[in-house]
Amino acid sequence: MPSLLIKNGRVIDPANKINKIASVYVVDGKIKSVGGQAFQSRQAGSTAKGQVSEAGKVIDAKGMVVTPGLIDMHVHLREPGKEDEETISSGAAAAINGGFTSVACMPNTDPAVDNEASAEFVYLQAKRAGFANVFPIGAVTKNRKGEELSEMGQLFRGGAVGFSDDGEPIKSAEVIRRALEYSKMFNKPVIDHCEDKDLIRDGVMNEGNTSVALGLTGMPSISEEIMIYRDIALARLTGGKLHIAHISTAKGVELVRQAKKEGIKVTAEVTPHHLALSDEYIRTSNYDTVYKVNPPLRSKADVLALRKGLQDGTIDAIASDHAPHSEEQKDVEFNVAPFGMIGMESLLGVMLTELVGKKVITLGQLIAALTVNPAKILGIPKGTLSAGADADITIIDLEKKWVIDPTQFKSKSRNCPFAGWKVKGKAVSVIVNGNVII
Amino acid sequence: MEKEFVWKHKHLLGLEYLNAAEITHILDTAESFQEISQRDIKKVPTLRGKVVVNMFVEPSTRTKMSFSLAAKRLSADVVDFSPSTSSLAKGETLKDTARNIEAMGIDIAIIRHTSPGTPHLLSRIINASVVNAGDGPHEHPTQGLLDIYTMREKKKQIKGLKVAVVGDILHSRVARSNIWGLTKLGAKVIAVGPPTLIPMQIRDMGVEIAYNIDEVIPEVDVINILRIQLERQRSKFFPTVREYARLFGINSDRLKRAKPDVMIMHPGPINRGVEITAEVADGKQSVILRQVTNGLAVRMAVLVLVSGSDKEATEEKE
Repeated sequence: MPSLLIKNGRVIDPANKINKIASVYVVDGKIKSVGGQAFQSRQAGSTAKGQVSEAGKVIDAKGMVVTPGLIDMHVHLREPGKEDEETISSGAAAAINGGFTSVACMPNTDPAVDNEASAEFVYLQAKRAGFANVFPIGAVTKNRKGEELSEMGQLFRGGAVGFSDDGEPIKSAEVIRRALEYSKMFNKPVIDHCEDKDLIRDGVMNEGNTSVALGLTGMPSISEEIMIYRDIALARLTGGKLHIAHISTAKGVELVRQAKKEGIKVTAEVTPHHLALSDEYIRTSNYDTVYKVNPPLRSKADVLALRKGLQDGTIDAIASDHAPHSEEQKDVEFNVAPFGMIGMESLLGVMLTELVGKKVITLGQLIAALTVNPAKILGIPKGTLSAGADADITIIDLEKKWVIDPTQFKSKSRNCPFAGWKVKGKAVSVIVNGNVII
Repeated sequence: MEKEFVWKHKHLLGLEYLNAAEITHILDTAESFQEISQRDIKKVPTLRGKVVVNMFVEPSTRTKMSFSLAAKRLSADVVDFSPSTSSLAKGETLKDTARNIEAMGIDIAIIRHTSPGTPHLLSRIINASVVNAGDGPHEHPTQGLLDIYTMREKKKQIKGLKVAVVGDILHSRVARSNIWGLTKLGAKVIAVGPPTLIPMQIRDMGVEIAYNIDEVIPEVDVINILRIQLERQRSKFFPTVREYARLFGINSDRLKRAKPDVMIMHPGPINRGVEITAEVADGKQSVILRQVTNGLAVRMAVLVLVSGSDKEATEEKE
């Protein structure tokens, strides 16, 4: 494979604590080296000798930020089952368009990814598509019913990078206890959607003064808190790897903070919409179902607590929880509409603008939450520019101003709550395994 | 009626979105229609040539009838749309249904639906005026208006009144419309019921909360009693209907401690012996049937105002 040189960019690689103007040199789809000025002139020298220029390509990333390929560790790609809303191919293309070189997709498809063959199917479809890397997350229980453990060992062999019944919380404490124990053999996390369904009933939005004024049935934040509490207690007992999906409440963040202090193996992710939007949006938009999502958009106090959790490292990763729904599914009565919003193609712009631009977190923290941290949680050899790593690289123009327009998305669905937002910062080049995709 | 006042709203989605002057204007307009109901020929030509469609996606008898009658008294053509015989039952979306109905040329859509916000959705889909006839537990603005109208008729002014709203506040659209309307006009609202049915956040709407009806009764001018929906018992909001009746049912014993001119109101349909005893419902302080009568005038006023025909109406009256 031809080689590739990315020069003059600001390389930010939190895994190796690099944040400097440097060049990244790629050979045979792997990172060969990352170097500073001296390195650059050496490369220039070799260019003169024809070693690089003849065989490869040079990208001048002057004024850009060069990072390990971004990872979205929580997406829904709908295939198999709902290919009208998304496919592995369209989802992988959307990932690239959003700056992601790798995504991990949830198993709540039809049929569910609860066996080795269906995990391999995800890899196969992603390989055929040829865009981003797509890693399957296997179901914790057979058909995601919450009753019997799925064949986690087989799923692992099929390439599953984690286990989750996402969309459905695991109601039985015994089942999740056994899952946390059993999964220790594979060193992969159990990712729980923390929600006590009994407390949710037919809720459609966060319970609070907004739900009371709007007459919509509330989903109390305590339902998340109780489940996180239970899961942490079980992680303490079992020593298993627990990952809290889409954490959304202030109390939940506090529980994870305390658990981490105690040394329990728990990690957490947060979505851009829970960091940037509150439940007030449902009121000001007069019940626009684009804001209907689970976990629901919470109060402003929760938003602040989530941001604080990112600042102090309680929350490890940012993930989109990309959940495509067709227009005819979404453009209906509020109680009837499905939960979920898409996010892969708006995530980077929104987070650069709302978090980095407004100095909530540093650029380095944002990149860590999108690279090394999710890679570590899932145990995948990604999210770093270390020599020998897969050459997945994202080049970001921090100054690029653009308006989020879902009609231009590669995703098949349009249910994006950030439509019309003016943001600053966009991935301008995305490289997967040494291949420049955009 | 204030001469300078200009009505600006194309839809009536809820009382939350109106200010005190606008609410008062509806009540004043309703007053001017009241007299029509006493005529031998109960009809004026204000909405002649206009088409009003009743889209009652949630079943209703009295509200639907009241709206139909109000529209007919204004000489509008009234079409009924009921989901059991309609395409909604066949899986057509509300959006498609609404567009199809609109293609037949309608001017006002009156909608009742189980999901809050559906009138708002409808107002984005079609060009006709939309009147909310109850959207889940959110609002029932014409009920709120007719309640306030009835209070004003008897008490002369709303400002300074103390109104107890008793029962299932959590699930009640009538409660919310009463709260918005009454507080905007300067009344004080006390929500009374078991804590399971009174969300604490209702305080943010300017409401006081009480759990003991007997402490509230002596100090209020109006007791607006909400219907208790029996299915709430199954959903664990209260243990038994019998216990609810004991703790919150309005009976003549309790009313002995009330102000002599207290108004007893209920949006209907009533569960006699549950939230209200027969004696009280039929008693001299009850204005329950007057509410129904006033509902017609209020709905006539709303239809005229949202259709933008109020100017003509005023001229005709003169």
